[in-house]
Amino acid sequence: MVSVPAPAPRFFRRGATTGGRAPGLGEALRDRLWRVAEAATTPFAPADYLDLFHPLRPGADLRGRVVKVVPETADAATIEIKPGADWAGHTPGQYVRIGIDVDGVRHWRAYSLTHGPRSDGHISITVKAVPGGKVSSYLVRRAHRGTLVHLEQAAGEFILPEQPGKLLFVTAGSGVTPVVGMLRNLFPVTDEGVVRLRRSAALDVVVLHVAPSRPDSIFIRNLEELDTAGAIRLLPRYTETHGRLDVEELGQLVPDLAERTTYACGPHGLLDALEAHHQRHRLSLQTEQFRVGSVVTAEGGRVTFTGAAGSGTALDAAGDTPILDAAEAAGVLMPSGCRMGICFGCVLPLKEGAVRDLRNGELTVAVPGETGAGGVPIQTCISAAAGACTIDH
Amino acid sequence: MTAMTKKPESPVAHLTTEDIEQLGRELDAIRQEVLDSRGARDAAYIRKVIKVQRSLELGSRAVLLASLFPPAWILGTAGLSAAKILDNMEIGHNILHGQWDWMRDPKIHSTTWEWDSASTAEGWKHSHNELHHTYTNIVGKDNDLGWGIMRVDEDQPWTPSAMLQPLMNFLNMCIFEYGIAMYDLELGATLKKRKLGIAPSARFKRELTNTLAKIRKQATKDYLIHPLLSGPSFLTTLAANLTANFVRNVWSHSVIMCGHFPEGVETFELSAIPEKETRGEWYLRQMLGSANISGSKLMHIMSGNLSHQIEHHIFPDLPSNRYAEIAPKVRALFEKYGLNYHSAPLPQQVASAWHKVLRLSLPNGWLEATDRHNLVPQLKRLYTMVTGDRRTRRQLQKELDVFLEGAAAARTQPA
Repeated sequence: MVSVPAPAPRFFRRGATTGGRAPGLGEALRDRLWRVAEAATTPFAPADYLDLFHPLRPGADLRGRVVKVVPETADAATIEIKPGADWAGHTPGQYVRIGIDVDGVRHWRAYSLTHGPRSDGHISITVKAVPGGKVSSYLVRRAHRGTLVHLEQAAGEFILPEQPGKLLFVTAGSGVTPVVGMLRNLFPVTDEGVVRLRRSAALDVVVLHVAPSRPDSIFIRNLEELDTAGAIRLLPRYTETHGRLDVEELGQLVPDLAERTTYACGPHGLLDALEAHHQRHRLSLQTEQFRVGSVVTAEGGRVTFTGAAGSGTALDAAGDTPILDAAEAAGVLMPSGCRMGICFGCVLPLKEGAVRDLRNGELTVAVPGETGAGGVPIQTCISAAAGACTIDH
Repeated sequence: MTAMTKKPESPVAHLTTEDIEQLGRELDAIRQEVLDSRGARDAAYIRKVIKVQRSLELGSRAVLLASLFPPAWILGTAGLSAAKILDNMEIGHNILHGQWDWMRDPKIHSTTWEWDSASTAEGWKHSHNELHHTYTNIVGKDNDLGWGIMRVDEDQPWTPSAMLQPLMNFLNMCIFEYGIAMYDLELGATLKKRKLGIAPSARFKRELTNTLAKIRKQATKDYLIHPLLSGPSFLTTLAANLTANFVRNVWSHSVIMCGHFPEGVETFELSAIPEKETRGEWYLRQMLGSANISGSKLMHIMSGNLSHQIEHHIFPDLPSNRYAEIAPKVRALFEKYGLNYHSAPLPQQVASAWHKVLRLSLPNGWLEATDRHNLVPQLKRLYTMVTGDRRTRRQLQKELDVFLEGAAAARTQPA
């Protein structure tokens, strides 16, 4: 496959020209060889054949292989992954988008990277199995050594400045993972205990960790170890013993709150409350959030076309009408074919929202940042809106 | 074959409207069962087939580097032929149908896949998925029925040029991938329009450019790059690639002919298809308009599971590995509703399809009316029909029609 001409992989480009020098003989030869390889494998790409033998090679689409699955609690595990050769590294606190096939279907999710850069080049994510969560349950219970996953380069702005000063981390549930990633980088833990690096000497870190109970807390042992070593001050808040955290209590829990920069990661109810609180008190806050609320509302919904052909048209589509019909009625020039769900001539990418298959009622949901970057392809002739939808067309 | 609605006894006369809708619901239930159980096993299947195909192709091409050595030529050519067949049939055809789109793997998706064939995936998806699968076996609307170059139905008027169609079909078989490319472009219709002074559409021009580019790339690969890589084996590798493409042409043409062309498969009149065909009615048309090939597991894979043409036409978007599994259930429904499940081994279906091509190349009833004893007068009659004017032709056709009616009456009368 691959209809788009791919740039020559890096290993054929090594020794590339620098500073506008004319291409060297070696490079010209390599380029020519690569073109011969392309002509010999058309309509496929040489990569389609190389992938058979070496999916993690330089120049391949970014993938990784699971090397270890370590259970953390009853429903959480740390997955250690050897990334492909083109992995560009990451900064603690960043996350990675991982594509994994669950029951044959590719799903993408974002997870915090729990280690700082490691000497063996591996990366790790810690996953809590969310009840009903397809991907998280798969990763915790079914992923094993050797499982191939798809990756994107690390991303995320939730990283510490060069001179962090006094910090407060507010973490809830699995929101602790990016924070643990940062802390591990600041205070590496070895068999001999916590190493106090010079660059971390001036740090003053408080971690306010919110969870239902202690056994339900991933990484609680790591946090307690750092607390015992005096690297951080841990304030655990277990809902079952302390009751629900009210953000107004923050001032009592952390008396020097005003001097600290707050980093918060957790469900958006907590983040919203913190944002309101910090804004009122003019405090600095940085937040990170992965999961968004449910997109499936009542049947039917507003369909927006964002591409060139749809030119921003928005229309209200009923829950029992194919999006194709609704869009055509509104004057959008739509690709179409058999109009009965067999020819796939009408497929368009759903960027955000949910649609229902009119033949069997099945829902397809697209969440930016979770489902593929190009959206989820849907057949518009048999799909009705099930909530607000954004379609690229 | 006479269009079903023109037959004295319709094969669906015993079904009520409610029966047909009930049949539709029962087929929907079979489809739903597959959708509900679709998963990792199916994904592993298609990935394995792709892996086998690529390894087989790589291996065969490597062996052909020494094709000067006859055993290498034979082994490499056989392997390459099989790899090319797998690419087009079990992999390309089915991926381009969207059978694997549910996996959301951008590498195995109907919108990104391209195949080892002269026709572009884009053009083929339009003519095949959209036209053929929607208008299956509707005379004049479904170009797959004779690819627009053959007389496929008794109701189409016979002209002497029809006598060339066995030859045309044979030639089409030899160059099948180019035939399909021309047919996807609707080249014939476009040329006809041009004669009438109608300019080709923008779509045609775009598709033509794309197809020519594809043909150039394909030919460069098979007839230049790989022979050059073989060095002293240049000519033998060239011959091997030509042979592999030829073998695939013959094979895919034969399999595809078996899908809708054997004797006994129904064709339909456009005017008899209701404006709003219900799902049940559409299913029924697919059931009666397709024929299966019975055989081994290997045969099913090499035919891209088009050997389960009936199941494929009822459910074109279900993963091909599931057709064999649902076939017994589908067959049971045929029996329950008193319909003919058309299935036979490959040689039989190919012979039947060729018989039909031959029969329809001749005036209606001529082949049936001819035997050893009247061969000479019948040939004279045919000669007169070919050389005579339209009036003579009509007159002689009437005599043949009388013979046909007599034969039909004799069949229905108890002995």
